[in-house]
Formats: sequence, structure tokens, C-alpha cells
Amino acid sequence: MNTLPPSSPHTLAAASVTRTMLQVILALIPGLAVYIWFFGWGISINIAFAVTVAVAAEAVMLSLRKRPVLPYISDCSAIVTAILLAFAIPPLAPWWITFTGVLFAIVVAKHLYGGLGYNPFNPAMVGYVMLLISFPREMTSWTPTVNFLPHELGFMEHAIFIFTGQLPAGLAIDAFTEASPLDTLKTNLGLGNTVSEIKAQLGLDEATSRLLSVIPIFGVFGGKGWEWVNVGFLAGGLWLIYKKIIGWQIPVAMLGALGTMSLLFFLFDPAQYASPVFHLFSGATMLAAFFIATDPVTAATSPSGRLVYGAGIGVLMYIIRAWGGYPDSVAFAVLLMNMAVPIIDHYFKPRVFGRNGD
Amino acid sequence: MSQGAGTTRRLWKFHGGVHPPLHKDISTTLPVRAARLPDRLVLPLHQHIGEPAEPIVGKGEKILKGQMLARPQGYVSAPVHAPTSGTVTDIGNHPVPHPSGLSAPCLVIEPDGEERWIDHQAVEDYTALPPSELRNLIREAGIVGLGGAGFPAYIKYNPGHQKVIQTLILNGVECEPYITCDDMLMREAPQDILGGLRVIQHALQARECLIAIEDNKPQAIASLQQATAGCDDIEVVPVPTVYPQGSEKQLIKVLTGKEVPADGLALNIGVVCANVGTAAAVHRAINRGEPLISRYVTITGGAVAAPRNLDVLLGTPMNALIGECDGDPARIARLIMGGPMMGFALHRHDLPVIKTTNCILAATASDLPPPRPELPCIRCGACADACPVNLLPQQLYWYSKHRNLDRAQEYDLFDCIECGCCSYVCPSHIPLVQYFRYAKGDIWTQEREKEKSDIARRRHEFRQFRIEREKAERKARRARKKADGAQSERERKKAEIQAAIARTQARRQAAMKEAEKRRKAHGRGRQKAMDESPRAPDNAPEKEPRK
Amino acid sequence: MLPAIIVLSVLAIIFGLLLGFAAIRFKVEGDPLVDKIDAQLPQTQCGQCSYPGCRPYAEAIAKGEADINQCPPGGETTIMALADLLDRDPKPLNPENGVIKEKTVAVIDETRCIGCTLCIQACPVDAILGAAKHMHTVIASECTGCDLCVEPCPVDCIDMVPVGQDILTWKWPYPDNPLEKAS
Repeated sequence: MNTLPPSSPHTLAAASVTRTMLQVILALIPGLAVYIWFFGWGISINIAFAVTVAVAAEAVMLSLRKRPVLPYISDCSAIVTAILLAFAIPPLAPWWITFTGVLFAIVVAKHLYGGLGYNPFNPAMVGYVMLLISFPREMTSWTPTVNFLPHELGFMEHAIFIFTGQLPAGLAIDAFTEASPLDTLKTNLGLGNTVSEIKAQLGLDEATSRLLSVIPIFGVFGGKGWEWVNVGFLAGGLWLIYKKIIGWQIPVAMLGALGTMSLLFFLFDPAQYASPVFHLFSGATMLAAFFIATDPVTAATSPSGRLVYGAGIGVLMYIIRAWGGYPDSVAFAVLLMNMAVPIIDHYFKPRVFGRNGD
Repeated sequence: MSQGAGTTRRLWKFHGGVHPPLHKDISTTLPVRAARLPDRLVLPLHQHIGEPAEPIVGKGEKILKGQMLARPQGYVSAPVHAPTSGTVTDIGNHPVPHPSGLSAPCLVIEPDGEERWIDHQAVEDYTALPPSELRNLIREAGIVGLGGAGFPAYIKYNPGHQKVIQTLILNGVECEPYITCDDMLMREAPQDILGGLRVIQHALQARECLIAIEDNKPQAIASLQQATAGCDDIEVVPVPTVYPQGSEKQLIKVLTGKEVPADGLALNIGVVCANVGTAAAVHRAINRGEPLISRYVTITGGAVAAPRNLDVLLGTPMNALIGECDGDPARIARLIMGGPMMGFALHRHDLPVIKTTNCILAATASDLPPPRPELPCIRCGACADACPVNLLPQQLYWYSKHRNLDRAQEYDLFDCIECGCCSYVCPSHIPLVQYFRYAKGDIWTQEREKEKSDIARRRHEFRQFRIEREKAERKARRARKKADGAQSERERKKAEIQAAIARTQARRQAAMKEAEKRRKAHGRGRQKAMDESPRAPDNAPEKEPRK
Repeated sequence: MLPAIIVLSVLAIIFGLLLGFAAIRFKVEGDPLVDKIDAQLPQTQCGQCSYPGCRPYAEAIAKGEADINQCPPGGETTIMALADLLDRDPKPLNPENGVIKEKTVAVIDETRCIGCTLCIQACPVDAILGAAKHMHTVIASECTGCDLCVEPCPVDCIDMVPVGQDILTWKWPYPDNPLEKAS
């Protein structure tokens, strides 16, 4: 019977991987817009470049693996990986940083493990960690918000800098980079300052800080600028939950765990530990909660397992942020929990209808 | 839309479920009428779950309408009756509606057009009959579950010892898209349903009766509410529309909040569920003496111009029905028996209607587009969210795909009801249900082969034992001949008798083994998903025959 | 340097002794392995593995005399099961032992049978009924399809007929994925 008709069901809902991925990309737009508003055009150039590299790498890998290119590449998953990785790279990082990272993510973390659906580790985070370990200086040189730059770089100036390393005449790169708020906080706490002292120095309103020529790193409730980027990602993420593209379990568990951990330590010693709100709205918290940790391929799969998985990421994030060697901790937390997925999946199965959860 | 008594009842929910487009309106505009008598009827002997029926008429025999043509073999089986009067023209293999497209034994009847009934009579007062006798009458009438699974009905109406049936549920949910045969039956023949309900209630001694109908069928709800007005022990319960609510265990959960144990039956929690069509068939069998020879069938889909429900004689070829509804065979891209969620595609258009044919869906390519290529699973979990049994289809898929059947069973593969929700929502268009069917089939085949090889091993070992014994006997005889003088005649004879007894015993043992094997070889009719019978026991390794 | 070498050597000796002790102390007695191997074999008793039956072949595997890929009737399933059981790498069927064929049963053409009983003697599972000078017949449900009865028949009246599928034994095939096939 080689002409066997297909098995039931004979009708399918409109869902498709491509559609899911495109909706994820759509949901990143508010965060991206805020990012560009505060930190300039660099991110958009990075994203465009990363996407190009990712799609090319995906096509090459698929044909090397003798897979039909078009049906697989049109799932758009490589584009999502590239965008997420671009968000994790400083906006003024040179092009080869993005290039290497994306290549590593697509070729090693994704295709060498068997392609979409078979990769145990989040490709974007693998790419990011590789970059962070290999090129720590480039990867930690973030930019302050644009209104504190000596010169607001235009789109072309960004592009020229990223691809050639040339700044407009008379400007030095040092003026454009600084450590991220989480990094600064960590360094200053390490120097023995208290959170409130650091805030007093670096959290001034615009007029005062200009007067003292200090670049403020603290905003209203999070990192300067970063707080609003996080709000953008939060908005996009809530839309994804509303559209049922992602489940609520991972974001809620992750933010809940991170919030709880930071609240406990904040209550214990507000001088040494930043507030929960600062943690929730700084760095890549919201991006991680709604877009990175929720990558279904590498996350736990049952609803209860996802709660555990999300909570694990939240706790690890706080531990690494508070006591670890790196300022932000999303990538390490996510990769560590990726490793725990098989065991989570094994122990957290839903109770099957008519069974007593044995 | 639900008015009246039904609104006060508390309803529960089951996990998951989907809301596919229903397309039910198209086939409810025309009233039900009897389908035309075809030139030829083909009656498969296996229209139900269980063992096929065994013909009791010969080729060329004249038969009367309602006459039993094939009798049930064994406990889980059902007879087949003549849908009309005429001549049996053939008994042999013919194509039957089955996903495999294979042929199976059938009776072929050429109608004489006279529709002469065999002598039959209604039961005067079924309340005077003991339940066991009622069940027997239902069995003799060939009634099986008409909702789609085709499980012999009388078995379900046997509560067994000391079991009290609290609730009898009539299932008028009909959650599959396109199908409206139960809806039309409820609209047009509520009294038949009620009549059957009372018979089943008596057989079970059930205390309360619920008639569950999805709230997208207001006319059916109104019709049954009117028919049951004044019956205190019957309640018509409108239930919110969700697929697969018509699945027995899910419906019981919605109505009672109780879950049927995964390895158990509804009976275990004091509930029995029957389809409304089955109830109507019971009514005709008991109150009119007519066996199951016809049923309502929905003929629908984009390829028929006048979709409607017909009252169809079993054995009628489907293409005749499609023609009767102004269907265009050229436009049929996929012909499906049942609905688009659980039905199966047919290989040809001239297959006969059988007891479980609730719907003939003549779908065009735009109704049901061809399957899209399967992409890798991204483990998004949409399938797990949709699964009404709360399984993890993404894990089951992983293990089924990689033929890791033990792990698949650990993830409760056999609890899957093959409702299709997971495949329906899958963004990667993975034919999950087919993977699960494949895995189940493979496990069953392996069990069958294991059983067979165990028997072969025992037979082989016995043969070796026999050869050894014969050799020893020969040797002993030779030795005896040599030392004949030393042995008395009497003793030798005794030894010979002993040997003969041993031989007979060995033969008997072999014969019993064979008989048992035969019995087992037939008891394997379990290919339907919503099969009621518990899955494991009949696969238990064969035991040594006892003396 | 020297202390390190000494420490490591002592550790190695201790662990070596520990392992040796454990191997003796926790040794699994008996030989259930042959039974386990035998349970995986299809019991056709056909002898294609070059052993006179399934059990002798199982014993040979257990002793390490025979490889796991010598059973054509069991095919890939059996090889996989044995590889799994014995923790060895699966390998393709040894072509010297035969090829994987469709499952068959023996059917005796009863018009030609002369009742010589030779096939009855050849049948390893006593699946042929009959007596001298009486027509013989095969109990199809007991026949393992081993082919052993074909050869001895002097009038060539035994045919091996493929076991057809019916709607009771039919199963859904493995879904076929055009995208993965391309690889």
C-alpha cells in the first residue's frame, strides 16, 4: 500500500513554526525601538548583519547536511537566534564579534547537534558565552545612553565604526563606552561602596550629572536606559503570552524567583544588595524571561517542569549577578538549566487522565 | 441558548481540547429520508470491535429482511442481519472500509425489491424481563456502539456482580466537525431515543439518566427537553462545545467530575455511556423487534451539492449515497469515513456503509488540504496543552519516532485516544497520531510474534522430548527382547500399556495447547482507539494448559 | 614528584583491589543469559544460523562462539534486541546465513501428497499432521515458516506461501517524511 492516504486528523489549525517565529520577532520590536532610542543605531546594524550571517550559515549548513534548504530555512528560527544574539552584543562591538558569535551559534550550537529541535543548548546563549569568554573586553564595552555621548553618532557613523573601527575625526572610543549598570554596580560594591552611595554618585538627575560631568548609570528604577528597554521587552513578552505563543510558566517562574531572591537579600542588607526592581529591570532580565528562557527546544517541556526550569534560571541569575564573576548572568543561568532539562523532564510529568500520578 | 432545567447542573472541565471549525450547518438543512435501495449490498462480517461474525446462510440462499445472516463468534462479537430481502450472491473477500484498504470476508446480497420482513415481534413488556434477557435480545439484534467505535452494546449494559450503576449517560455530544447524524436523530426521533434510554436504564437499573448535548445544537436540546418533559430521572444537559468532548471518558468527567481509571471502564465508577443512535437502535430492537439493519449517515463535504443525512441500509455502497446527494466524484480529493479529526480516508468510493459509518465526508482539496511536510519538533508543548488525556505528545513522538517503544509506553502511549488534537495544533505539522498508531501497532505485532515464538519454542522442546523418549523406548524394547526370558509376559504387557497411556497423554496435551492457541488467535480484534476493552490482559503470555 | 607518584600508585592499587573484590563478591550466579538470548530469537528452529535450532544458537552466542547477526528470520529486530541485551554494536545480517524474507507458511498441495511422512519428521515444531500413506496437512497457525519441510518432500508438493495481511493484523506504517528522506 504505497498510496496509503494520510492518517487522521485530516484538518490542521493554522499554526506553523514560521508563524510562531515571526510573531516572536514582532514581539521584539517594542524593546528594539526603545533600545535604539536610548543607545543609538548600533543595534539595528548589528541585527541586520547578524541575520544575514545567520541565514547564510544556516543555508550552508543545511546543504552540507543534505537537507532541503528552503523548507527548513523558511522556519525563520535562525533569524530569531541572530536577533537575540545581537541584543546580547554591545552596540558598538566590531563586526567580527557579531560574525564569530552568530557563526558559532548556528554552526556549532545548532547544526552540529542536529539542527532545530535537536540542540540541547540555546544557540544564541552558546554564541554569547563563547564571545564573552573569548573577547571579554569587546563584550563588556557598552555604551551609555545617547544623550550623554559627546557626539550623537548617526546611522552611517555607527556602520563605519562597526565595520572599520573609524570614528568621526576628533573622537576617541573611550568616550563612547563604559561598563553596563550591572557591571558598574558589581565593581563598586567590590570596592566597598554601598548601593546608596553608588546611587548617589551615579544615579543623579540629568542636570546635576552634566554639571558634575558624571555619566548616570541608574535610572528611575533600573539601569539608566535599560529600565525602559526592559519595559519594552516586557510589553512584547506579555503580548506573546496573550497570543499563546509562549506559556506563562517560564517567565513567571523566572521573574518570580529572581524577584524573590533579590527581595530577600535586599531586605537583609539594602546597602550591599540592589533592590528587586533594579534586578528585574536591568540587563537582559526581561529579554531572558520572555524570549531566551522560553526557547521551547531547550526548555523543559511539561508545564510543571517549566515552572522548575524558569525558577532555576531566576535563582542562578541572582546568584551569578550577586556573587559570580560576570556582571550579567542570563546566558550562564540558561545554559546551566538547559543541562538540567532532561532530568526535569523525567521528574515533572503531568498527571495523566485517569491515573494517580505515579 | 440552553434554557430550562439543564442550567443548574454543575459541569467540570477536562484538560486540553481544541475548537476546529465545525461545518455542521451545511448538512442539517434538509430533513432525513431513507436512502434508495441499491442494486447490491455488501455486508462485512466484521463491523464491530471483537471477533468477526460467522455466516449461517449459504451462497444462493433466499433471505428475508431482518434475518440473521451471520452469528456472533465468542463473547465480544455481534451478528449481521439482512438489511432487505433478496438473495445471497457471494460470500467472500471484498474491499471494506478500513484504513488499510484491505479486503475482508463479506456477504453480498442482491435485493429483490420486495422488502419482505422475516417474522419478528416486539417485546410486550420489557420491564417484566430480567436484565440478562434484555441484554441477550440486544445482542441478538446486532447492536453495537453507533458513535464510531462499534463496541458490542450488550456488553456495556452488563454491570456485573454487585455493581450499582448510578448514572446512565446518553451521548449526544457529537463533537466531530461535519457530522450531524446524531443531531438530526435527536431533532427528528426523540421518542425513539427516549424509548431506548428506558430499556437500557432497565437493563442497568440505573438511577439517573443524563442526555448530554453540545450547546451548538439548540434544536436537538429543545427536542429532547420536550420529549423528556415530566421525567424526573432524566435530565438533558447542554454542555459547552469543545472537541473531543464526545469521547466517553472526557464526557463522564465533564458531567460527573469523576475520572474513569486509565486501565478501567466507566462501569468501575458506576457510569455507563451510550450513544443516542445506539439508544434508538435498542428501542427498535426491543419495542419493534427489528435488528440493526440501517442507520443515519451524514453525507457531506464540498464535493456534494446537497449535503444531508440519510437513513441508510447497512451494506449500501457509498458512491450511491454520494450520487443521491448530488455529489461530484471528480471533485473528491479525500473521501473520509467519520469526521476530519478521527475518521479515516478511504481508498475507493464504492465501499459499503457499515454499522460504524456515521459520516461520509466527500472533501474537496480546499476542505481538507493535503498534509504539509513534517518539520522538526520544536518542543513548544502546544500538543501537551491540547491533549485531553494530559499526555506529553512531544515526548511520545520523540520515542515513537526513534522506535524506543519501551519509553513510549512509560509515557503512557496506550492512554492516547487518537483524537487528533495534538496533530491539529502542531506548528511543525507532525503527524503525531500516526506516529502513535505506528508505535502501538508495532508493540502489538511484537507481542503477537513473541507469543507465537513462545508457542513454537514449547512445541519444539516437546518434540525433542518426544524424540528422546521414543529413542529410549526403542532401546528399552531392544534390551527387553534380548533378556526376554527373564521377564514375564504380564509385566511386559503392563509396560506397553503404560507407554500407550503416556503417548495418549502427550497427544492430549498437544491437542489442548492447540485448542487454546486457536482460541487466542481469534481474540485479537483490537485496532480501534476508543476500544472499551482493557488493553493488557489478552496479551498475557499463554499459560500451560491445565489437566 | 616522588610522593605524588607513590600516592597515585597506592591509590591505584587500592582501587584495583576494590574492583577485583567487587567482581568476585557480587558475581551474578547461574546462566540466565542463554534464556534471555533464546527469548529474543524467533524460534523458527530453521537452522539458518548454522546451529541446529534456536537454543543451540543462543548457547553459542552466550559462549561467544557465534555472532548476533546470524538469524535471518529475526531480522533487524532480533539483531537490535540482541545488541541491546548484550551491549554490543548492532551490525547488518550476515549474508552467509541467508537474507531477510517475507514471513511465510508451508502449504501442502493435498492432491499431490503421497503421505510419505518425511515432512512430518522434518518439522521442528510438529506443525504437520498426517499418518503414513495418508494425506498430510500443515497447521498454519503453528507453522514457523522455517522451510525445513520443503527439501525432504519427494514429490515437491509443499509451497511456502507468504503470510498475507488482513485487517486484524494490519498496522499503521511509520510516517513517511519527504524532507528527511532527502538526506
